[in-house]
Amino acid sequence: MTNQHLTPSGKAGTDENSTPASSPLSRRAVLQLAGGAASLGAIPHGAALSAEPARTDAMAVEAIRLVVNGEPKELELDPRQSLLDVLRETLDLTGTKKGCNQGACGACTILVDGKRIVSCLTLASMHDGAEIQTIEGLNKNGELHPLQEAFVKHEGLQCGFCTSGQIMSGLGCIAEGHARSPDDIQFWMSGNICRCGAYPGIVAAVADAAERS
Amino acid sequence: MFPFTLEKASSTEAAIAAAATGARYIAGGTTLVDLMRDEVERPDRLVDINRLPLGGIRVEGEDLVIGALARMAEVAADADVQRLQPLIAESLIEGASPQLRNMASMGGNMLQRVRCPYFRMLDVGCNKRTPGSGCAAIEGLNAGHAILGTSDHCVATHPSDVAVALVALDATMRVQGPQGERSFAVEELFRLPGDTPHLEHTLLPGELIVELRVPGGPYARHARYLKVRDRASYEFALVSAAAALAIEDGVIREARIAAGGVGTRPWRLRACEAALAGRKPDRQAFEEAAQLATEGVRPLHHNAFKVALLPRTIVRALEMAGEVA
Repeated sequence: MTNQHLTPSGKAGTDENSTPASSPLSRRAVLQLAGGAASLGAIPHGAALSAEPARTDAMAVEAIRLVVNGEPKELELDPRQSLLDVLRETLDLTGTKKGCNQGACGACTILVDGKRIVSCLTLASMHDGAEIQTIEGLNKNGELHPLQEAFVKHEGLQCGFCTSGQIMSGLGCIAEGHARSPDDIQFWMSGNICRCGAYPGIVAAVADAAERS
Repeated sequence: MFPFTLEKASSTEAAIAAAATGARYIAGGTTLVDLMRDEVERPDRLVDINRLPLGGIRVEGEDLVIGALARMAEVAADADVQRLQPLIAESLIEGASPQLRNMASMGGNMLQRVRCPYFRMLDVGCNKRTPGSGCAAIEGLNAGHAILGTSDHCVATHPSDVAVALVALDATMRVQGPQGERSFAVEELFRLPGDTPHLEHTLLPGELIVELRVPGGPYARHARYLKVRDRASYEFALVSAAAALAIEDGVIREARIAAGGVGTRPWRLRACEAALAGRKPDRQAFEEAAQLATEGVRPLHHNAFKVALLPRTIVRALEMAGEVA
């Protein structure tokens, strides 16, 4: 174990999974440092491998507007940034989780214009003008959303990493009318993986909230 | 991910002009963004086509017309699709996850790349990714790979479910390109790998899929899609079958059958269809017809189970179609 994650220069920060031992910084601060170093590192890497001048265009900037949880945002983005990375790294909305980063786990599920999608597989620059809803926008005046309450009541989680994605997907599932029975919920929530196996609680929570909605 | 520029097309003509000079189309992005992140795909220009007027679903006479930018979820939930072509709706719902179905376009679904794990591993050979580099799947972990239409250069299956249904139903697609418009059978979009597995489809440079057209038929409303996979949902097919039957006076007048998960492209089974014409829709007829599906199979070390599973899946799909017929 080295403390290379604490060094923003050099080749630090390529391994997000190692644990920073005896760090004076919070885990999140360390990971943000690491992520910053990794993405800074990615630009010259891509440009260096490129033979064509077009690929040196790493500074291309897309100006877009988003409405995130009701708040308008004006952003200037590298077109490579996923919507997930913009939420987490640019807007500091870290409630949306990065699980697999390839569309397989559902941890990054959010609502875009009311529809549930996986935010890791979409480029933020392609969503100019979109309305985004994340887990941070659900509570109203300090009160949990009924689906959040149902997750607490039915223990729809163990470690909690998948939970924000489960809840955002559950909102979509209920709104689509696909929460009519436990079987229905299991099928229509299958894009959200829970490696702790809290599925019975998740299904019960979605069913409960659907009944009350 | 390699750097690229992103153009937002304001008209179909502008999008085609961009693509004709080397830009890649992007719609839902669920395949392309993933592969760009893995550096399997390295486009330096993307053209975003999401604002083009190529969405929507309409009925023209007996035909169902689906815009290329219609999302999988939207098509599956459409009342006209469910009424006229339930096979399309069923095959869509069996594919991907609710989130991905909200994102992925119908045109993009046709052009999605293979799910062979070696295609994504930059440090092993893949003739599809790097022509001439070999095929790691042929001697590798190939339980999910094809038994029909393979070559010594590539054994990857085409992953789409709805493409299997479209091929069974004789759907056509309309494309627009620098040289104008043309229409052809969806089945003709897909190339066999042969010794050029990097060439996957028959679109000309710059051509854009603009719509899919599914003709009506006496079998259209008596059709089912059965997908066999390692878990009950959100998984690619080991074997799938689309089956449609037109039954008149207790006799099969016409059948339509195609399979997924077994072929290097969506696999239409015309010999099975012909064997059913004029037969009573019973188990014996279904089993005799389904046996013809495995003609010419080339099983690999880990996927020989598909040779037995394919006819069984077809029989069950035909029984399901018979129940609604």
